[in-house]
Amino acid sequence: MEITREQVEHVANLARLNLTEDEKEQMITDMGVIIEFANRINEINIDDINPTAHVIPINNVFREDDVNPSFSRDELLYNAPNKENGCYSVPRIVE
Amino acid sequence: MDLIKMTAHELKDKLETKEISSEEITRAYIDRIDKVEHKVNAYITLTTDKAINKAKEIDIKRANGEQVGALAGIPIAIKDNMCTRGIKTTCASKMLEYFVPPYSATVVEKLNKQDSVILGKLNMDEFAMGSSNENSYFHKTMNPWDLSRVPGGSSGGSAAAVAANEAVFTLGSDTGGSIRQPAHYCGVVGMKPTYGTVSRYGLVAFASSLDQIGPLTKDVKDMALVMNTITGHDKLDSSSYNNEYDDFGKYIGEDIKGKKIALPKEYFSKGVQSEVKEKVLAVARKLEDLGAVVEEVSMNMTDLALPAYYLISSAEASSNLARYDGVKYGFRAKDYDNLVDLYKQTRDEGFGKEVKRRIMLGTYALSSGYYDAYYKKAQQVRTLIKNEFDKVFESYDLILTPTGPSTAFKIGEKINNVVEMYMNDICTVPINIAGVPALSMNCGFDANNMPIGVQFISKAFNEKTILQVAYAYEQNRNLPDLTPQI
Repeated sequence: MEITREQVEHVANLARLNLTEDEKEQMITDMGVIIEFANRINEINIDDINPTAHVIPINNVFREDDVNPSFSRDELLYNAPNKENGCYSVPRIVE
Repeated sequence: MDLIKMTAHELKDKLETKEISSEEITRAYIDRIDKVEHKVNAYITLTTDKAINKAKEIDIKRANGEQVGALAGIPIAIKDNMCTRGIKTTCASKMLEYFVPPYSATVVEKLNKQDSVILGKLNMDEFAMGSSNENSYFHKTMNPWDLSRVPGGSSGGSAAAVAANEAVFTLGSDTGGSIRQPAHYCGVVGMKPTYGTVSRYGLVAFASSLDQIGPLTKDVKDMALVMNTITGHDKLDSSSYNNEYDDFGKYIGEDIKGKKIALPKEYFSKGVQSEVKEKVLAVARKLEDLGAVVEEVSMNMTDLALPAYYLISSAEASSNLARYDGVKYGFRAKDYDNLVDLYKQTRDEGFGKEVKRRIMLGTYALSSGYYDAYYKKAQQVRTLIKNEFDKVFESYDLILTPTGPSTAFKIGEKINNVVEMYMNDICTVPINIAGVPALSMNCGFDANNMPIGVQFISKAFNEKTILQVAYAYEQNRNLPDLTPQI
């Protein structure tokens, strides 16, 4: 199946990926090949089959609403790429 | 006494009788790592100083007559997608190159509780996406049997470390065959347990409905030992199954007379290397000699498993990997114009090629207009595959197949052919889709002296029977020494 440049750009935007021009070209080819392969599942008619999202019989998982200790702010900020005054730092979004 | 060749259960016996100490074993493994690691490249991070200290601590505990855990003093290693408190957990990605988790995965806690000694974190395909270990950001792991070949993926570091005697056993994760396929390529025992048996808390998620942690070991008895340690319900993982688990080694050593084994012809059809087919069929004959009943069956849905797998796993991956945005932890790009550009630039620079390809495929399959044709349809195919396994297990105890269509290929050989690379997983992905357990173990070698794996599959929560039959085979397989010459 043909994957267009517009589709690649649209999907990359949804996935928040800034693909380079070379990456876009490669993606057009690779996604085309994979989607063509994946289209095998559209060769059979299975409209009346229920989808399975989860294979083991589990539903309604509840836990007690307990208060437990959490991580400290320092522990959580330890891996932050940029932090300021005990907060994550990101570019300004409100002018 | 060659400590590095011994299994966990053999070492455990010697530790208990105080014939050897944990420090001696740990030093023997560290020496081995010093000697071969530069050729194999199985590890990303080594924690050998910590390991020596832990070993000494356990030796003291034992000398004082204190209670020690089931794996006390055994040196092991963990795939680098399981969180280890205070130790880098990179997922073999630039995105997490410097990530140090503030908590440990439940499996790591369980191993610590049983007093095992952790030697380090193992190499893998980035975010567990791959079948060859060529997608690691750091370096490629080599197959210990032939250093010009891949060890398989994505738990290639985990399999290579066991094969090269760089750890007594290791943990890997298996989303579409990532434990069993490298076990096959490296000649070790690898098992993907029933989905929900081992907690996924602290495992960096790839495809949540398919991922399962499992061990890679030197023999079947060790597999039962490690499984007994890592399984059990975990309230921190809501997909963990609340079940009382029996001893996994319960039937080990018992006669397999009358066990019914199915050979699905679709797993032996075109594309399967003739030597692989021949050796796996020889396993079936051996099991017949031991009293099992082997019959050919047909599983028509097999062909649909691979396309359904790539759609489901990529869709779940695109959602799970949305958390890598350059804000909370991990890599952040240097140049960006605004917040959205920060996300986009970070993700483009931080993820490798295969990861981006799967995020794109998954986002496409979930996007408006394509959801019904791809994602929903793949989940319907999943129902058909699961039903087919259920039906076979109404009449059979086990299914026997090759673990992969071919033995380990050369590094670089398939890297540019996406679909050909994905075909390596054709024998393993249906098992993850159905959620059932499966084990791969060595059953011989091809003309290039590369290991061949046989796969035993059972119905959900029936690992005991897999281990019983695998053990019976292991005791009778008459193979040469399973140590590669490095």
